[in-house]
Amino acid sequence: MKRALTSLFALVLFAGVQAQLWGQATDWKQVPIPKLPAFHPPQPKRIELPNGMVVFLQEDHELPLIDGLMRIRGGERDVPAGKAGLTDIYGEVWRTGGTKTQTGDQLDDFLEQRAAKVETGASEDSTTVSWSCLKEDFEDVFKVFLDVLENPEFRADKIEIAQKGMYDSISRRNDNPSQIARREAAKLSYGATNPYARVAEYTTVSAVTREDLVQWHKTRLFANDIIVGVVGDFDSAKMEARLRQAFASWPKGPAVKTPEIAFAPAKPGYYLVEKTDINQSNIQMVALGTTRNNPDYYALSVFNEAFGGGFSSRLFNQIRTTKGLAYGVGGGVGTAWDHPGMLRMMVSTKSKSTVESIQALDQEMAGLANRPIDDGEIKQAKDSILNSFIFRFDSPDKVLHEKMAYEFYGYPLDFLEKYQAGIEKVTKEDVARVAAKYIHREQMAVLVVGNVSDFDKPLDSLGPVTKLDVTIPAPPKGIAGDQQ
Amino acid sequence: MKSRSTLTIVVCFVVCSLALSQDLASFEKRTTVKRLSNGLTVIICERPEAPVFSFFTHVDAGSVQDPMGKTGLAHMFEHMAFKGTDKIGTRDYAGEKAALAKVEDAYAAYIAERDKPVDRDDQKLKQLEQSWKEAMAAADKFSAPYTNEFGRIVEGEGGEGMNAFTSLDETGYHYSFPINRLELWAYLESERFQHPVMRQFYKERNVVIEERRMSVDSNPIGRLLEQFTEEAFAAHPYHRPTLGWISDLNSFSATDAQNFFDKYYVPSNMVVTVVGDVKASEAMPIIEKYFSRIPARPKPDTATTAEPPQNSERTVVLHEMSQPIYLEGYHRPDYRSPDDQVYDAIADLMSNGRTSRLYRALVRDKQIASDSAGFTGRPGTKYPHLFAFYAVPIPGHKPQEMADAIHAEIERLKREDISDEELKMIKTRAKADLIRSLGSNEGLAFELGLNQARYDDWRELFRSVDRIEKVSKADIRRVANQTFVPDNRTVGIIEFAGGPPGSGAAPQGGGQ
Repeated sequence: MKRALTSLFALVLFAGVQAQLWGQATDWKQVPIPKLPAFHPPQPKRIELPNGMVVFLQEDHELPLIDGLMRIRGGERDVPAGKAGLTDIYGEVWRTGGTKTQTGDQLDDFLEQRAAKVETGASEDSTTVSWSCLKEDFEDVFKVFLDVLENPEFRADKIEIAQKGMYDSISRRNDNPSQIARREAAKLSYGATNPYARVAEYTTVSAVTREDLVQWHKTRLFANDIIVGVVGDFDSAKMEARLRQAFASWPKGPAVKTPEIAFAPAKPGYYLVEKTDINQSNIQMVALGTTRNNPDYYALSVFNEAFGGGFSSRLFNQIRTTKGLAYGVGGGVGTAWDHPGMLRMMVSTKSKSTVESIQALDQEMAGLANRPIDDGEIKQAKDSILNSFIFRFDSPDKVLHEKMAYEFYGYPLDFLEKYQAGIEKVTKEDVARVAAKYIHREQMAVLVVGNVSDFDKPLDSLGPVTKLDVTIPAPPKGIAGDQQ
Repeated sequence: MKSRSTLTIVVCFVVCSLALSQDLASFEKRTTVKRLSNGLTVIICERPEAPVFSFFTHVDAGSVQDPMGKTGLAHMFEHMAFKGTDKIGTRDYAGEKAALAKVEDAYAAYIAERDKPVDRDDQKLKQLEQSWKEAMAAADKFSAPYTNEFGRIVEGEGGEGMNAFTSLDETGYHYSFPINRLELWAYLESERFQHPVMRQFYKERNVVIEERRMSVDSNPIGRLLEQFTEEAFAAHPYHRPTLGWISDLNSFSATDAQNFFDKYYVPSNMVVTVVGDVKASEAMPIIEKYFSRIPARPKPDTATTAEPPQNSERTVVLHEMSQPIYLEGYHRPDYRSPDDQVYDAIADLMSNGRTSRLYRALVRDKQIASDSAGFTGRPGTKYPHLFAFYAVPIPGHKPQEMADAIHAEIERLKREDISDEELKMIKTRAKADLIRSLGSNEGLAFELGLNQARYDDWRELFRSVDRIEKVSKADIRRVANQTFVPDNRTVGIIEFAGGPPGSGAAPQGGGQ
């Protein structure tokens, strides 16, 4: 019966019809899919203390654990360029440097004997203190948490260890091509000195003093700049009372504003980092992305899924599966909460197919104009987002962390519900519109980290190439292992 | 202060043990195991926290089972398990099957000419390569409109975290679905291990070669680990890279992958675990209905060459344009050894957090490393393997200083009993870690399935903590003295060898 179809011509001719018939007859479509039972995940209790501190309490009695996270506004983006890396050191030594009455080592011993953690950290826009403990150790561990929060000592020996650790990572930052690509792509997208892209250097790390850490701490820890979330096996009324007792007397301070940060994307063109000990090129094409509160966010989410998201995306299908050019390929218009994300298309391919892969990405982007994301792709992308939506809130701690993020960035607390509704409404026209609005190949910077002598064609056959010098500036005398 | 902490530990101990026995009792009530008539084992664990579930399919075959000259084949098949079946990913399977057979014939002819030791005809080779490519293009016509159909279905139906892994020991497949897709999952998962189709094999092989370029060839640590492991195992297949040697990757065929599947993906070699908002009484009949379709086949012979005693120190040194690393490993027995938890205890003592001995010695006190740890399970655990130590020297310090500092800590372990506090800390942490691991469907599915596969009983997940409870100070000294001896040691080092101007590699500090 199938013999009638062995002619290639017939196959091509009837492809559309065949696909349709077959589509309805496949077995998997006959498997019943019952309605998903209604699910209303437990919502955390939100409490705003009179001093402005916001607390979320999320009970979860499955396991005898209590975990907490405090997030404080202000992070690495607020640090002057000359001290880049300050919050990395702060985020480490806040905890390792101990408190007025106990060294960090003593805290380590005390906590580890209870298999508990109290840790501090920092990111671009905030610093954090967290704890994790067995329920019965809560009071012991919470006291340590408060001590770290209120009485850090930033002992000098631990500052030195933190700085040496950073010198080490600076010295290693060109060892791995994907790390170089990530770092340099961010600089091309945001601008080399932009706080979201710049990196710590020996000189900026060595410029950080204990006084900087003490000052940072003194000027940042105000109740109205703090959000706390607790999840686990506790009684909310009792936990609320305990937190009020601990934090009600904390002072209010000046509200931290999102800093004014300028973005200076690189000129369009080709940028090259030469690396001779590799046989694969890391390619990233970048431009500035957008923010999550942009009304285009929903259409962009659908576009990203269809174009460069999962297994069913165009980039995956074309560049990986059909052309066999890459293991890692993907991309889309990146979004962040309160500043533009990166628009990025990336592929890693053997040196011999570097130019071929750039052209393959070009072709997919150019194809958006004459072969817009079609109804089938839109449906697939929306199904994928909406049917997996439940995994955004299938555990109490996920719900808690979503809410804390909305609170931190001033998003509506029902952002997730809005997101679902927003995705449902996205049309083919919306996706075509955002693709045309955001994807401008001629405005993108193309970064290649690769072994130039093995390329299929010289990179400058595509256009003018700027060579990037990624040499690590030498450490000043007396640091970073200068033992003479 | 000190005495108070000790007291609290004792109290905590009792409470923890209680919590754990409660946990095992609770899991007994909500965990069901069934061996189907074809030999496949199904575990269902009820965890009704949200209307979702996760699964983990454990296949007891990994790169150790790669045939001679075909390293990387187990991993290659794992990729092929996403390529669909005779019903998923094709528009006409009968036609496609014939076309794929032609691809195999053409490939075999091409390889035969390519690998001729003498008298290779380059003109003919070109023609044969061309015929092979044409055969592939013809076969692709049958699947082209359904590229990645399997993954497309899973994603479109709300699949989350779809992925798989291959190790030397085993292969695993996993993702999560909303609970109303349980039957769909049972259909899809049983289907792909009943009728996998090796379509687009040679393109996927190129994808896998790119994976190798990314994680080994273009990554100094990947290169070090490959050379190090290859050196440590002379006889046992643990010397193989899971990703395969490049000449094997450029040689094995779709037929080889199909043969690997036929031999090792037999139901009695598989454990399928489902964890989530399911009731065993309702889910088991559905799972049984679909997975029973996989025909029973004989269990494969899995004999391997045993690694002989090492009896000589071995060293590999890589002269790289990247910063130095120090690594060393010692042979130890497999996971069934009565000392398995003693090794776990040593790893915890030496490596876990800022109280660990290696952190305190190398990072805090000597300030010569940014990181140092000891770990077990390299490159697998099913067969005798390595307990390894590493250290990352900070600028100005050399690998040899790392070796000396690690050896000093090892000698201390051999010579002196560890303290009461340390032993209690290890045991308390083991219990707390277990409790923390019980709160996710994905994690549980993996752990229950792995323990069932390895010990034929998922309860070993809980019993391993009982065994760590029995570890004594004398055990730690005994095992350290037995294991950590120079003739049982393999060393792997990256030495910084400088880089050409503009390569981006800067010398470390002033010491180089």
